[in-house]
Amino acid sequence: MSARLHWRKFLSNFMLTLTGVCALISVSVLFLILGYLLFNGGTSINWAFFTQLPKPVGEVGGGMANAIVGSAKLLLAASLLGVPIGFLGGIYLAEFSGSSVASVVRYAADLLNGVPSIVTGVFAYGLFKHFSTLAGAFALGIMMIPITLRSTEEFLKSVPRNLREGAMALGASKSRTIATVIVPAAYRGILTAILLALARVAGETAPLLFTAFGNRFWSPGWNQPTASLPVMIYTYALSPYEDWHRQAWSAGLVLLGLILIINIVARTILSRGIVVPRS
Amino acid sequence: MTTATPTIHSAGPRVGSRSFLSQLRDGDEIARLVTFLFAASVVLVTVLLVLELWTNSALPRTKFGLHFFVTQVWDPIMNEYGALPFIYGTVMTSAIALLLAVPLGIGAAIFLAELAPARISDALQFFIDLLAAVPSVIYGLLGFFIIVPLMRTVIYPALNKPLGFMPMFKGPSYGVGFLTAGIVLAIMVIPYIISVSREVLLSVPRDQREAALALGSTRWESTWKIVVPFAKTGIMGSIFLALARALGETMAVTMVIGNTPKISASIFAPGYSIAAVIANEFTEATGDLYLQSLIELGLVLFLLTFILNGLARLLIIVTTQKGSGIAV
Amino acid sequence: MKRIPMLLAAAIALSALIWAETPLLINGAGATFPYPIYSKWFDVYKKNNTNLEFNYQSVGSGAGIRQVTDGTVDFGATDGPMNDEQLKAFQEKRGTGILHFPTVLGAVVPTYNVPGVSGALNFTPDALAGIYLGKITKWNDPAITSVNKGVNLPANDIVVVHRSDGSGTTYCWTDYLSKVSDEWKTKVGKGTSVNWPAGLGGKGNEGVTGQVKETPNSLGYVELIYAAQNNIPYGTVKNSSGAFVKADLNSVSEAAAGAAKEMPDDFRVSITNAPGKAAYPISTFTWLLIPEKIPDARKREAIKGFLSWMLADGQGYNEALTYAKLPKEVIEKEKKAINKIQ
Repeated sequence: MSARLHWRKFLSNFMLTLTGVCALISVSVLFLILGYLLFNGGTSINWAFFTQLPKPVGEVGGGMANAIVGSAKLLLAASLLGVPIGFLGGIYLAEFSGSSVASVVRYAADLLNGVPSIVTGVFAYGLFKHFSTLAGAFALGIMMIPITLRSTEEFLKSVPRNLREGAMALGASKSRTIATVIVPAAYRGILTAILLALARVAGETAPLLFTAFGNRFWSPGWNQPTASLPVMIYTYALSPYEDWHRQAWSAGLVLLGLILIINIVARTILSRGIVVPRS
Repeated sequence: MTTATPTIHSAGPRVGSRSFLSQLRDGDEIARLVTFLFAASVVLVTVLLVLELWTNSALPRTKFGLHFFVTQVWDPIMNEYGALPFIYGTVMTSAIALLLAVPLGIGAAIFLAELAPARISDALQFFIDLLAAVPSVIYGLLGFFIIVPLMRTVIYPALNKPLGFMPMFKGPSYGVGFLTAGIVLAIMVIPYIISVSREVLLSVPRDQREAALALGSTRWESTWKIVVPFAKTGIMGSIFLALARALGETMAVTMVIGNTPKISASIFAPGYSIAAVIANEFTEATGDLYLQSLIELGLVLFLLTFILNGLARLLIIVTTQKGSGIAV
Repeated sequence: MKRIPMLLAAAIALSALIWAETPLLINGAGATFPYPIYSKWFDVYKKNNTNLEFNYQSVGSGAGIRQVTDGTVDFGATDGPMNDEQLKAFQEKRGTGILHFPTVLGAVVPTYNVPGVSGALNFTPDALAGIYLGKITKWNDPAITSVNKGVNLPANDIVVVHRSDGSGTTYCWTDYLSKVSDEWKTKVGKGTSVNWPAGLGGKGNEGVTGQVKETPNSLGYVELIYAAQNNIPYGTVKNSSGAFVKADLNSVSEAAAGAAKEMPDDFRVSITNAPGKAAYPISTFTWLLIPEKIPDARKREAIKGFLSWMLADGQGYNEALTYAKLPKEVIEKEKKAINKIQ
């Protein structure tokens, strides 16, 4: 074997090992974070945490039941706003638009993504002028749009050409092709993007400070201020009390757990019989 | 792994009648219109946001004009405001974040997409996605309790001793500062890069790799020279997402950057970013000029994002061959 | 795909079920400093009045002032009294005045992390002003050593820590510095956010506490509660009578008692550097902001009822949470002021 071949082989093994190291580092960071949260907040998680309202400081117990429900409501409503816009907008960009329109929309989405979350909150406050779950969901929904849009477009575009052409050859109209062939082929990537967007807004505090505000009690309906896990974490973590600190870590754990469950549920329910072969 | 061909429903009677064809076209037209409306709404929201920022920052714009961009003073009592230290801090921390996150993220994505067995790859991806769900407040706290002491006791001595003669590595370290904020941001944006890049890499058709290998390339060569370029737009897209996230992050940055509106060459020095100062001072700001100056900072961030995105796109256009179908 | 609409419908139905019967919700926003005692009070009050819910969120004094002016909340709370400009703005926007009601007392203390020093250091007003102006840079500066005989202060640089977020704590601290140092007054001034001549910014009292704990040779200022709860060393400050006083519930109450005799009718008073031998010089009231005219009768009665309770039974909960009680004279005056709410 020539020296050059040796070198290429060595380089190949070296670089591939390096990528493994990258993956290792990334995953280790996650486990470190999880471990820290578990260590600091694991003890405060009990049944009361999930079922009781927050208690003022000095009183043992209490929980964040209203914040858990509040976060769930906010995420649900935010998805109803952000996902359709991002998803359908992405379809437009990938399937129908000309390149200049597409550039503008993409640029706008990237700009939107860079807006500090507190500015989005202030924007929503300016529109709603009243603290409510809806206002909070609006702010969060806007933040979901860019990730969903850009990713939907990318994954639709990456569907192999022969699938499209096959459908066209069989006489399917464009909209049919998109609905029954292309989207299903790209669904995994799109779902990943949607879940990523959801995960991101689930942990946002700043936009909620001016929209959903916060609530020590239950928030009925959609038009009242509501508690949410990130705001509770923020309030408790920056307080002087050890007990509240522990509860803040616990809330962080619960939030992660919530996202984990949504991830699992979404992936299993929405998994279909059609699978595009993994290359 | 099941290889199933997607089922395609029949599009209808094959006899082409004019009315039926126009029905087909209408379906497409409706789809086109509907999806266009949604895409347009994205632009609408962005424009509305910019408009609101613009109208609510009228006072400082008239008072300071372009001076706002070059003034270094931020004084709420004397009512003098300037954006320069914040622009500097935002750019610095985001640059550090990307420098760390992009190689790590792409490397990890390559590993997960090309080398790891499917089950492990899926499982690990699952966990990496969870990183995106960690609330930014918690990132801030973790950064403060773990990375800040680490910086002061381990990282700073390690870098300062050999490289301390360079202005970039000079100076004392208090633990908080540009580098710390950059590290925290890098951790926050890595899941986006890995997640999206991995999916895009997975969607590269198998025959591309096989063709390269058949021609005698090593595994690495086929990955780096064939597969990755094929997935280039997706990967670039993920980097755009990461950049945007880093530029706009508020809570986590403010806990580890030191919150000092000063420009320093050293990465260990404390600094400030636009998003952090807005997060810190917005809720307490009283007085129209003060409040509106903060909003103008938001506008400046918009402009910054605009320029950085533009530059990045230019870079892609310049370094990509014509007709290779890369979309910006 | 068919399962998605069903899922959505189920979720929406579930959430609608949480539509319980609605007690009267009264929203308030403002200062973070009194959040623990307010949450205690409102919780106790709800137990005794189940049809009333006082929802208080600590978004910051400035936001509290803004939101009560906008009318998005029913009452506000602030660590620094509203200035004339803000009062005017409220009058113009809402067509009525706004009343300040002091609720509890707090104090701001200098906390530090000096290797080898575990006890309480003494600080003069000049020393504090000089350090925060960036003019006194070393721990063994004569301004500090001269009043701390017997303590071995190192020749290290002082790392100054202040608040990065706007806050009433900063307002109190800078208000005090403005009173004791002309240079501070002209160069920096007082406010919830200022242009700090020196130092790092920490977010929240927690941020400053944490920063000081982590950074050797640092000096910061925090609310008394944080110092007490976190067991960090904090120093004494020389008051206007020349005594070095450590902040605690007594010395803070002393500061208020001194000012109580001269309390203006609108309760907007600064009690920093108050007269009195045992008074702690960096103390402050914190206020609830109540509009003078409240059209909704239910809300009006609820708020008035709460205020009366707060001035009587409510004060009994203060000390357990390290807040000082209001002096008797102030309480009496406030009780009369409640009648101003129409």
